[in-house]
Amino acid sequence: MINQKTRSLNDDTRIAISMVAPALTGLFLFVVLPFALALVFSFTNLRLGSPLPIQFWGFEQYRRIWLDPSFRQALLNNALFALIVVPIQTTLALGLALLLNRPLKGMAVFRTLFFMPVVFPMALVSVIWTIIYAPGSDGMMNAFLKFMTLGFWQPRDFLHDPALALPALMLLSIWQGVGFQMVIVLAGLQSIPTSLYEAARVDGSDRWNQFRYITLPQLRNTLIFVVLVTTILSFRLFDSVRIMTRGGPGNATTTVMNEAIKAAFDQQKMAKGSAITVTFFLIVLVITLLQRLLVQEERTIE
Amino acid sequence: MNDLDSKWISKQSNQQWFRKVASYFLLTFIAFLFIAPILFMIVGSLKPDELVLSQASTLKAFIPQQISLQNYRDVFERVKFERFFFNSLFINSTIVVLGLIVNSLAGYAFARLRWQGRSLLLLIVIALMILPFEAIAVPLFFQFTFLGLRNTYIAQIVPFIANAFSIYLFYTFFTDLPKELEEAARVDGASPLQTFVEIIVPVSKPVFATVAILTFLTEWRSFLWALMITIDEKVRPLPLAIATFQTLPPIQWGDIMSFGVMMVAPILVVFLLFQKWFVKGVASTGTKG
Repeated sequence: MINQKTRSLNDDTRIAISMVAPALTGLFLFVVLPFALALVFSFTNLRLGSPLPIQFWGFEQYRRIWLDPSFRQALLNNALFALIVVPIQTTLALGLALLLNRPLKGMAVFRTLFFMPVVFPMALVSVIWTIIYAPGSDGMMNAFLKFMTLGFWQPRDFLHDPALALPALMLLSIWQGVGFQMVIVLAGLQSIPTSLYEAARVDGSDRWNQFRYITLPQLRNTLIFVVLVTTILSFRLFDSVRIMTRGGPGNATTTVMNEAIKAAFDQQKMAKGSAITVTFFLIVLVITLLQRLLVQEERTIE
Repeated sequence: MNDLDSKWISKQSNQQWFRKVASYFLLTFIAFLFIAPILFMIVGSLKPDELVLSQASTLKAFIPQQISLQNYRDVFERVKFERFFFNSLFINSTIVVLGLIVNSLAGYAFARLRWQGRSLLLLIVIALMILPFEAIAVPLFFQFTFLGLRNTYIAQIVPFIANAFSIYLFYTFFTDLPKELEEAARVDGASPLQTFVEIIVPVSKPVFATVAILTFLTEWRSFLWALMITIDEKVRPLPLAIATFQTLPPIQWGDIMSFGVMMVAPILVVFLLFQKWFVKGVASTGTKG
């Protein structure tokens, strides 16, 4: 017994540090440090390969990107993306989860099929959908829309049409992402105690009321989480933009990350890229904090 | 049971039957919309290149007529697909395996050991969870360029081993384990490390599976980092490879489709075999979030 006591205080700290060291070192070197660097660089004029010495520029980079039409368009595009994709994808995820949450045979098969696009790398999804969006009446999307509109649809070149390019990207994002959110909502649905529904049925409540007063409130936190993740993903959008449209036509599909990479990687403007990156992080932070607030609020009420 | 009752019961079961059929119908229609692009890719990979585009507007896009593996042969002749595949597999597996070790150790130390700085560091780890990779891609690029490590495996593996979210998943799992498990071992004088390896790990299969799957899924799809940090084919992984291949003249869509099939087949097979784990893993991100 004396043995155990003397070992617990001292040794725990030593051994704990060694167990935690690899992970924390990794996090420090490859997460904390880069972020600090981004912060620092964003206040300079650092440009890789430039012979000029680095200068402290204060908020000049930030001022410039706020005035940059490409960046403003990118912010707008990301916001539009979030405003449209989040409700559609969340509603779809909820709808599919509700459809699947029944003791019918074969539900697992459908769940698999809906989830399948999720395991596809976005790069591959972009390549496949590039050909789906092929212009002319040979293109699959054009043919599909013509069929659905009973012949009214005229073939369009989606990826080169300023009005259609962003919606085209939205569609394939939704296609790829819905399965993921659906699984999360489904798990949330299945954790609702059936006793609640039984009590409601005994009280004579119909399905719609059960949905409104039991399902939705119980799902509140899950749905908020899904909304948060999808919103943040909307701002992270990069792969499909880079591969399918490069931000074009013009600036119609550029995103914050696309601008960041254009600056830092294509143009070697490290400071500008860093400033955009920091701005991006602030946006994500605000969205996340909002979600935490919404979830906390519910907890204190309970 | 009187006449009215039995009529009501049969009306209910008729309604139920109708609802069932309608559900299946709806589900099948939606499922087709989800599968269509995938089917299109698979069937397209088996067709001669010209037909991939020209038949895309018809139902023939989904029905192969003369199956040929020529496109697959073409891919191997035109690029070093095996190299790309090996790169993805090697990079991914290394990240997953090393990540499991490093993050589980940390998660356990946070969950079960008492040490100075534990609470503060745990708070920092949780705060880091909200940082998406894109927020550090640019400076990370600078770091590795500065170190002369562009176009290496190291650059594609090392930054992704330690992961705040994985640590958190391990941490919450280990905290939920019953304390009696370790108490017996501690009384016997076992060190925390021994306790971890011999007692905790064997009963933690679910969390290890979850973290492994989520990590593999995330890293297999990685495009942005590969784009920034690799220069030539030597260490280029699959997602970047197909994007480059798509623009490699002559642009033959049949070849591109078969590249895609080969690229996604392994993870699709793994997914189909371990579905339950995939779904559980994904669902758990929701409950922890």
